Parts: sequence; C-alpha cells; structure tokens
Amino acid sequence: MNTLEVKGLSVWDEATGSAIVRDSSFVLRQGRCLAIVGESGSGKSMTCKAIMRLNRGTIRQSGRVLLNGEDIGELSEAEMRKRRGKNVCMIVQNGMAAFDPSRPVGVHLRETLRTHFGWGRSEAEGVLRVAMESVMLREPLELMNKYPHQLSGGMLQRVMIALALALRPDVIIADEPTTALDAISQYEVVEQFVRLREEMGCSLLFVSHDLGVVKKIADDVVVMKDGMIVESGSLEAVFGGSRHSYTQYLLSSRLTLSRHFQSIMEGGA
Amino acid sequence: MAPYIARRLLLTVPLLIVVSFVTFLLIRLSPMDPAEVVLQAQETPQITEELLAQTREELGMNDPFLLQYANWLMSCFRLDFGESYVSGQPVWSLIGPAFANTLSLTLISSVFIIVLSTLLGVVSALREGSLADKSTRGLSFFLTAIPSYGLASVLIWLLAVKLDWLPTSGMDSAASFVLPVAVIAVNYVGIYFRTVRSSVLSNKNEEYVLYARASGLSERAVTMRILRNSLQVAVAIFGMSIPIILGSTVVIENVFAWPGLGRLSVKAILSRDFPIIQAYVLIVAVAFVVINTVSDIVNAAINPKLRSERA
Repeated sequence: MNTLEVKGLSVWDEATGSAIVRDSSFVLRQGRCLAIVGESGSGKSMTCKAIMRLNRGTIRQSGRVLLNGEDIGELSEAEMRKRRGKNVCMIVQNGMAAFDPSRPVGVHLRETLRTHFGWGRSEAEGVLRVAMESVMLREPLELMNKYPHQLSGGMLQRVMIALALALRPDVIIADEPTTALDAISQYEVVEQFVRLREEMGCSLLFVSHDLGVVKKIADDVVVMKDGMIVESGSLEAVFGGSRHSYTQYLLSSRLTLSRHFQSIMEGGA
Repeated sequence: MAPYIARRLLLTVPLLIVVSFVTFLLIRLSPMDPAEVVLQAQETPQITEELLAQTREELGMNDPFLLQYANWLMSCFRLDFGESYVSGQPVWSLIGPAFANTLSLTLISSVFIIVLSTLLGVVSALREGSLADKSTRGLSFFLTAIPSYGLASVLIWLLAVKLDWLPTSGMDSAASFVLPVAVIAVNYVGIYFRTVRSSVLSNKNEEYVLYARASGLSERAVTMRILRNSLQVAVAIFGMSIPIILGSTVVIENVFAWPGLGRLSVKAILSRDFPIIQAYVLIVAVAFVVINTVSDIVNAAINPKLRSERA
C-alpha cells in the first residue's frame, strides 16, 4: 500500500507569480524511506510543507496529495489539523529554533500529546520517557524541564524524533534534519532515524542535500532541481547508474565534500 | 529567579551612588558662587565680602568636598533637600507634590500607551495587510507627525473651549487628566504600536511556529506562543520609555499648566534656584534607575534566556 502519494503537485507564489514546485509526482510506499535530494532552493522544503498544507500567505498549491488514500486537499482545516502530528509528523531543520524559546521543551511535547490523545501530564510523561530513552536522551524528565537554549541542536533534533516516536504517525517527514548539526551529532541523529524505521516500521520522507546521509538511510530517491523532479528510482538505480547529468553532478560533488562525514559514518557503524 | 532579583537589586546600589555623586558634582561645578546666588535670590540690597563669608559658613561650603557630599547625601535620605533660595520654603514641600503629580500623569499615560500599542500592534500584525492594519498604520503615521504642543492646542480649542467638555488646564479633577494623557499617549502609541507589530510579524515566521502547526496544535495555542515571545521585546521597550516620558513632560505640563516637575524645574532654572534643580535632577535620575530595575526584573521573569545569561 502507498502511504503517501503525490500527484502533479505544483506550488507557486501568487504575489510574484513565480513557480516553486512544478508538476511533481512521487510515491512513498508503506514502511519505506523515500529521500528527496537536491540543492537549496530546489523546492524540497516547499514540497514538505505542501504535503502538510502548511504553506501560508501568498503561497498556493495544486495537485493531489493522498495520505493513506485520502486526499488531504479535500479536508477541512480542522480535519487537517488532526492529521498533522498524528498521521503525518514533521521534523524540522533547525532544532535550536523549533521549540518555543520561552517555555521548557516539555511543554510542547505534553501539549502535542494532549491535543491528539487527551493525555494528562503523568501519562504523557510516561510515554515520552520511554521514547526519549530510546533515542539515547538521558534523564528525560529533567530534560523536559530545560529551555531550548540550554540544549544542543542534536539533542533537540532527537527530542523531535522522540515526539514522533510517541505519536506513532503513518508518515514522518524529516526536512533537512541533519543540516544544522556538526558531524558527530549528524551521526547520532541519523542512527536514531535508522532505528526509528526499524522499530516502528513507519514510512519516512527524508529531505536532504547530504547524499552520504541519504545513502545510509533511503530505499528510494527523488532528485529535484529548480522545482522539478529530474530523476527518481531506487537508491541503487539512482546512485549507481544515474543517467541525468544533474544527478551525476550532485554525486561527484558529494565525493569531494562529504569524505569527512563518510569516514565517521563508516568508522562508527 | 530569586538570585537574579537579588543580584539586580545589588547592582542598583553603586549605580545610585554614582548618580547622586554626579548630581552633587554638577551643581558644584557651575561657575556661580552659591553664596552669591542665595543672597541675590533673597534680594539682599548690599552684598559684602563679610556677608558672603558668613553665608558660605552657613551653607557648609568651607567643609572638605567629600564631607559636604556625605552631609548632603544623608540629608537627602531624610528628604531634606534644603530650602528654596527664592521662597525659603523647604524644597521637598515644593518638589514632593510636583513629583507626585508628574508621576501620576506619567503612569496613567503609560498604562494607556502600553494597552493601546499592544492591542493595535497585535491586531494589525495578526491581520497583516487587512484594511484595519493599513488604516491603523496610516493614522498613526499622521498622528505621530503632529508635534505634541500643536495637538494639545487643537484639542484644547476643540474640546475645552468650543465644546466645553473638559477643563482647559490645571489639575482639579479626573477630567483634567483626559487631555494631557491623550496627547502624550497619541504621540507614543504611534511609535510603539509599530514596534509591537513588527515584533509579532517576525515571530510569525519563526520555525517554532511552523513546528507547532506541524504538530497539530490549535491556532489559538500557536497564537499564544507568538504573543508570549513578541511581547518580550515590547516589555523591554516600555520599561525604557516610562522614564523618558517622566523626564519629557515639560512641554505638556507647560501647555496644560500642570503643577508638576517639568514646570517647577523650568521655573527653578530661570531663577537659578539651585536646591530645587539639584533635587529635580536627583529625583528624576533615581526614578530612572528604579523603573529600569523593575522592568529588567519583569523582563527576566518572562524571558528565561535573559535569566540564565545574567544570573
């Protein structure tokens, strides 16, 4: 079964008339990991937000997004809000900026679980403790009382993964989850994503421009350039026998850029 | 929080000492001989060397400088700022009521400024681009551009003279507050509502807002987060602005014949009534320090980042 199916998705800015994503279609199958790769500004993040219906202001979208066979474009805003987090959960790029800076991180976690499941404080904390321990966050209860600025980017990224674990969604969308991290934290976070998939068997849409990370985690790959999908297929097909010149260009630049990262990945794995 | 408050309060002690010392020094550094000023102000017909020496002795001016400062400071603690050179009345009996009048004008104006600019700023930011947003911005631009004395004159002419709804001047009843408060508030709301608005707008685009929405939280919960974070900037600015309003009511007080500090100090400066000038400078400076301290503490209470950085 296809958990997430995107058909002819276009995103554009009404104010400037510029197209951001053009007629893109892809399929995320149950329990698989689909990676969207491409350089900054290629429309990867806008695609993620379009799936969540979170593009605001003058940004418009057309095309169909099917979540478990249901067209999210036909849902009311209230229905869509119930899907966010519970059915399709997003992990954003910059952990340091993802939580309300004036409240301890636990406030967001408990509020999200209360919204979706109606859990009280102790119930939510019980589930969160297990989830946080499973992503190698020590002393979870103490950590929930900390403010975002007291934690590192890698820890906050893992807090988001822990929340995803607690929510047990059908699809997790991770938008550049390792970009803002140093190499060591990147390694830890990627390890948690791998384990997340092994434990939950959920489908993962993984957006990245880091091909080393993609190679480690993805089953299928979509390559985007200037808002268009230029190549798609299984990881082996795209990375092994790429025909498109842009994919070849990305692959060759990866070899020079991410040797350092790769050596850590291979040394640690 | 408690250690932060303790630290912040301790910090005000050296600050107040420096402020008082500078106040004392400024008057002593003025080229006038205080003894001569006193005698002139009392309209002594013949100022002789003997009389000058006697007055200096009475004023304690032959004591060492630091002893003079210490004596002056100790008497300030007892609210004894000496006597007016002109009228001979104790300075506190003149400046105390004036300070209370100015403070009540400042605080009432500040309440209106804070409430109105927060309300208008938040509404126009949440409805960015709407007619309400555009008209508020347009109107504020217009009102801020009018100088306060000009607006005051127009309002006095219209509401007090033509329609006779409000008193033209003085401080006799609650109605006396309406015009001066309105003029002060209009001037500042036009500026501060923009600050609140831009702060809310920048918070709306923060990643924590995206993540809160992506987690399926309600719009109400998301809006609460935006407000909590954007009002921190507003609180900091309001804290700084209250002392500024306090020190700049001179124009308004003169237009409305408000029996406050501004009017008293202008009169004192014109007649070189040093004890009053000195007490005025000291009181306004101390008010600055006190209000700043309070607003710092309020800021730290709502902004955990400040608390941990400084405490």
